[in-house]
Amino acid sequence: MPQKNTESALSPEDAARLEAFEAHVGKGGYVEPKDWMPERYRKQLIRMMSQHAHSEVVGMLPEGNWITRAPSLRRKMVLLAKVQDEAGHGLYIYCGTETLGVDREELVEALLAGKAKYSSIFNYPTLTWADIGAIGWLVDGAAIVNQTMLAKASYGPYARAMIRICKEENFHKRQGYEIMATLSKGTPAQKAMAQDALDRWWWPSLMMFGPSDTNSPNSAELIKWGVKKKTNDELRQRFVDLTVPQAEAIGLTLPDPDLRYDEETKHWNFGEIDWDEFWTVVKGNGPCNKERLEARRRAHDDGAWVRAAAEAYAAKRNGHNRATAA
Amino acid sequence: MDSNAALVDFLLGLGDDRLVLGHRLSEWCGHAPILEEDIALTNIALDLIGQATLFLGLAGDIEGKGRDADALAYFRSDREFRNHPLVELPKGDFAFTIVRQFLFDAFGYHLLQALAESAHEGLSGIAGKSAKETAYHLRHSAEWVVRLGDGTEESHVRAQSALDEAWRWTGALFVPTPAEAVLAESGVAPDLVGLESVWRSSVDEVIRNSTLELPEALPPTGKGYRRGDHTEHLGTLLAEMQSLARAHPGATW
Ligand SMILES: [Fe+2]
Ligand SMILES: [Fe+2]
Repeated sequence: MPQKNTESALSPEDAARLEAFEAHVGKGGYVEPKDWMPERYRKQLIRMMSQHAHSEVVGMLPEGNWITRAPSLRRKMVLLAKVQDEAGHGLYIYCGTETLGVDREELVEALLAGKAKYSSIFNYPTLTWADIGAIGWLVDGAAIVNQTMLAKASYGPYARAMIRICKEENFHKRQGYEIMATLSKGTPAQKAMAQDALDRWWWPSLMMFGPSDTNSPNSAELIKWGVKKKTNDELRQRFVDLTVPQAEAIGLTLPDPDLRYDEETKHWNFGEIDWDEFWTVVKGNGPCNKERLEARRRAHDDGAWVRAAAEAYAAKRNGHNRATAA
Repeated sequence: MDSNAALVDFLLGLGDDRLVLGHRLSEWCGHAPILEEDIALTNIALDLIGQATLFLGLAGDIEGKGRDADALAYFRSDREFRNHPLVELPKGDFAFTIVRQFLFDAFGYHLLQALAESAHEGLSGIAGKSAKETAYHLRHSAEWVVRLGDGTEESHVRAQSALDEAWRWTGALFVPTPAEAVLAESGVAPDLVGLESVWRSSVDEVIRNSTLELPEALPPTGKGYRRGDHTEHLGTLLAEMQSLARAHPGATW
């Protein structure tokens, strides 16, 4: 394979390091923050991990939208706990990203400036209570498929974060599926609400795995370096195979007339994803891109005086402690 | 008022205070000044809703009309809610949220501590568990009151104006309802006069550290207001909270 431009000017020393690095991750070895790593590897991880952290945080918004209207006290508590978990995931992954030599503030600035991405799924609106069920079941479900793979990523801090987070995502998925199951056993209006939510969230969930393999520029490199172990299309197929029987079990219909089980491959074939829609949302023109970013910016701007106060107070206390110690 | 009716009324009050304040805190979820506070405020909201569920559940059991915590939370009207007006005021800025929370946490903490010794076993059990949670809430809100009061000039001004506003509603915490009077007599609930003095000394200590000033000269809002008296804000809060449940009466969620 020809060398990439960015690495063509490697010194013999770095070339040797790169070779050792690739041999190490090729054997399934982990990379830790203090280890040498190619600059490109570091950049790719910062991009992936910060996108992941941003997604956890922005993802609080569509679900948070239903906390005050949750239809029972138990559902309200479960939803509060879930959204709180997502904030915790965001915090944890930001900390993990900081091990690569960036700080959280920089990463957040990039998000607010519209320079960093987050998962496009959160640019869709939550219109009914059933959307909370659909998100837990499908969005957390898709996240689990992706994160189960990332739990074996070559970068140690990322892999460990994924192991811890996946446990909670399983609980999120279960509560979402349980909401959908309850609705589909409920009144005709509740069942219709569940089906409508599934109709709206199914295709965007499939898009969560990213562009198809023929169109995914980063994949080969990430796989070579052990960051990803499977391609987007492989993960998407795994998600479809897991989800089809779950929909059937609760009497809901996936909105895809081309869905068919292939006896030979033992996989569910599915219809073509609307890639125009995918790119429209990725490029910032989905139904809620503007609102989500504005909500994050507003929280950040309105909170500036609070952060300033906390810093000023901490500085005063430190000064005081130094003065009394001296 | 017989003692059973008094107990139900009081338990509804304990539940409603927490349900309504938990609702206000949950409005911050995803919009807090820092991610750590998204987590903290959501966590406190979660505790409060959990406590509300227990108090309302017990109220429903004692009432004996087959109403569970959900029925009480979602199918009573605003005039039937028994919370204090302090907790239903809009969340305001972060300073107002924190200062109101602090004043309520201090009240809740001392009340729950006293109720943990209540002659009523069901009540004392819930109160004991809730008091432990509330000790953490109080520590969190008190630390922020000091940080905001003694932070920057802006945070000081904001915290002081939040205190001026919230303070005017604290008088109502200590005006006994007929139910509270009956329960104080029988040892089920503490006497509010005694409670006010312990509340006041823990408030004083934190306010002193914060460099803020208690606006004692300000007249209390709604003279004679007590638990169960409301502002215009409760109606819209409940309209939002109850909308989905009421659109599908009898449905299971
Ligand atoms: Fe998460
Ligand atoms: Fe999740």
